[in-house]
Amino acid sequence: MIIPAQYYLTISAVLFTLGMVGVLVRRNALVIFMSIELMLNSVNLTFVTFARQLAAIEGQVAVFFVVVIAAVEVVVGLAIIIAIFRTRSTVDIDDVDLLRG
Amino acid sequence: MPGSVSGLIVLFPLAGWLINGLAGGRLPARAAAMIGSASVGLAFVVSVVSILDPRVWQDGITTRLFTWIDAGEFTVEASLLMDPLSALMALLVSGVSFLIHVYSAGYMAGDPAQSRYFAYLNLFVASMLLLVLAGNLVVMFVGWELVGLCSYLLIGFWFERERAANAGRKAFVVNRIGDAGFLLGILLLAVTVNSLDFVNLSASAESIAVPVATAATLLLFVGATGKSAQLPLYVWLPDAMEGPTPVSALIHAATMVTAGVYMIARLQALFFRAEVTLSVIAAVGALTAFFAATVALVEHDLKRVLAYSTISQLGYMFLAMGVAAAPVGMFHLTTHAFFKALLFLAAGSVMHAMHDVIDMRRLGGLARPMRWTALGFLIGAAALAGFPLTSGFFSKDLILERAFAHAEGGLTLLLWIAGVLTAFVTALYITRAAILTFAPPPSHQDHPHEAPPTMTWPMAALAALALGGGILGAQAAGAPLLHALDAFFHVEESGAAKSVPALALTIVSATAALLGILAGFGLYRGRRDVSLGALGNLFRRQWFVEDLYEVVIVEPSKRLAHFLAGTVDLQIIDGTVNGVAAGFKRSSAALRRVQTGYVRNYAAVVLAGTVLLLGYWLTR
Repeated sequence: MIIPAQYYLTISAVLFTLGMVGVLVRRNALVIFMSIELMLNSVNLTFVTFARQLAAIEGQVAVFFVVVIAAVEVVVGLAIIIAIFRTRSTVDIDDVDLLRG
Repeated sequence: MPGSVSGLIVLFPLAGWLINGLAGGRLPARAAAMIGSASVGLAFVVSVVSILDPRVWQDGITTRLFTWIDAGEFTVEASLLMDPLSALMALLVSGVSFLIHVYSAGYMAGDPAQSRYFAYLNLFVASMLLLVLAGNLVVMFVGWELVGLCSYLLIGFWFERERAANAGRKAFVVNRIGDAGFLLGILLLAVTVNSLDFVNLSASAESIAVPVATAATLLLFVGATGKSAQLPLYVWLPDAMEGPTPVSALIHAATMVTAGVYMIARLQALFFRAEVTLSVIAAVGALTAFFAATVALVEHDLKRVLAYSTISQLGYMFLAMGVAAAPVGMFHLTTHAFFKALLFLAAGSVMHAMHDVIDMRRLGGLARPMRWTALGFLIGAAALAGFPLTSGFFSKDLILERAFAHAEGGLTLLLWIAGVLTAFVTALYITRAAILTFAPPPSHQDHPHEAPPTMTWPMAALAALALGGGILGAQAAGAPLLHALDAFFHVEESGAAKSVPALALTIVSATAALLGILAGFGLYRGRRDVSLGALGNLFRRQWFVEDLYEVVIVEPSKRLAHFLAGTVDLQIIDGTVNGVAAGFKRSSAALRRVQTGYVRNYAAVVLAGTVLLLGYWLTR
């Protein structure tokens, strides 16, 4: 049985929206981080869906890139969050507003 | 080395200036005075030697130092010209300067800045000699500007006095107006005639179009009115008396102020092309002569009396130039240099003895304690008044004679009438000055004493020249100076005017002078102040010329300055700059709210942007 691409894409859209809302409304930096992962992976899902439907390998290649870069990004991001926590004893994103004009 | 001597004449005072200017502060004061006097004395000796060369009396000697400007067909050489006219001026300048340098050594003794004084004075002599020896208008202009600079420096020599500093500035600014005209005249000649060389200009004067010659000469005459203190640019000269008195004698009586007269004589061929200019010169000269003489009649400051007298006598010289009698004008220039320098030196001697008091209301009775000074002043006064057989008598009489001969009846006769009237007023005011200063009773408690010999000997030499200088132009003595100048200017017999009863005219002018002297005795003998009624008030207000300056120039320029400073600078220029800054400040104050520092806001903006872009692409 072949599940139509619309289902995958719908799930992907739902995941992306969830991640986006998470980024916008949550205050905890770690949760925002996870929400970003959610968005990345929803995009990955879209990539593989189309790769499969169009029988093209490029989509899967892109997914590998995204995964690698996401891993790197996690390293950098977590390092930043730890650094912030060390200096300000909080990971609440609203307390970190040094750049307010 | 043909002609190289004329360079030396300028070089000696220049060297004196360099030595006094660079090392003077470390030398003893006497050394500065010695160097200053010696360098000018050497210049005089070289001048005397150089006129022994017969070529001077033939075509003149031109010394080319180097080519200064070489632009296609137009070239300007840095050249010096030694001919009878410049020889006379060089002798006069260096000779009188030497005497005044010697006098200064006594007068300035005790002044802490003597080396500066002598450095300036030497620079002045060098510049003046450059001016009179210049071979073309450009070199002359260099000298012309340099003497103006020296005049400014020396008027403001005691710059810690506010009045002196202001007077120096006034002289500089007023001279600048005249110099602008002079420069424009030079440029006009450069463009139209394509040559500024005096010899060339004189030779080709006939081929210059009359309108061009008229415009150029009028512009040059504007320069002359500034430098030689004629109406309406005379205002700086009375104020220039704030400087040391020897400076007044040298620069503001004997030499620099005659530069305008000399320039016109130098370019006589050109001025002859322009009848209009000659009439203007004669009119301005006669008017200035009379005007300044009347003001001199009511001044209380002895030096200012002499300053107005100088303006008046310069007016005579311009009158002579205007009636095409350049030799006579130059003769008067020479005698005036002698007797006016003498009068100033005597006035300086009075100041020296009276601790800088120069107001005649506080002088008087000085003849007894200062016998030699009084005698010198008297001789100078007699020459100025035109007392028969003194030098001033001959030269002034000749000018009046020529003015009469030139007149064609009607208005032109006014020039002569003004001249005779001026002769009367001149005798009157100088008699007044002599009586108020030297005749008893004294109106002071001082015990003045005679000046030192360094001051009296130069006065004695000038007194001899003021008395005997008439020989240079007296017919009875052969008039050697006039003959030389007549030959140079290619005119016939300045001495005897044709078809004019010369003797009658002489009697008229001598009578005017004697009447003036008698009237002076009658009016001022034993009296301090004579009001002269409404006329006196008019004279005291300088015929409202100063007031006119106030209304026409000073007030409008002040208002313009206030407008520029208050409205244009503060509001328009500063307003623009401040407005730009304020604009950026306001817009950044509005824009800074966008930068909240909340990551979420940025993310929302990114989202909104993405949605908008997507919406645009999808609905396109």
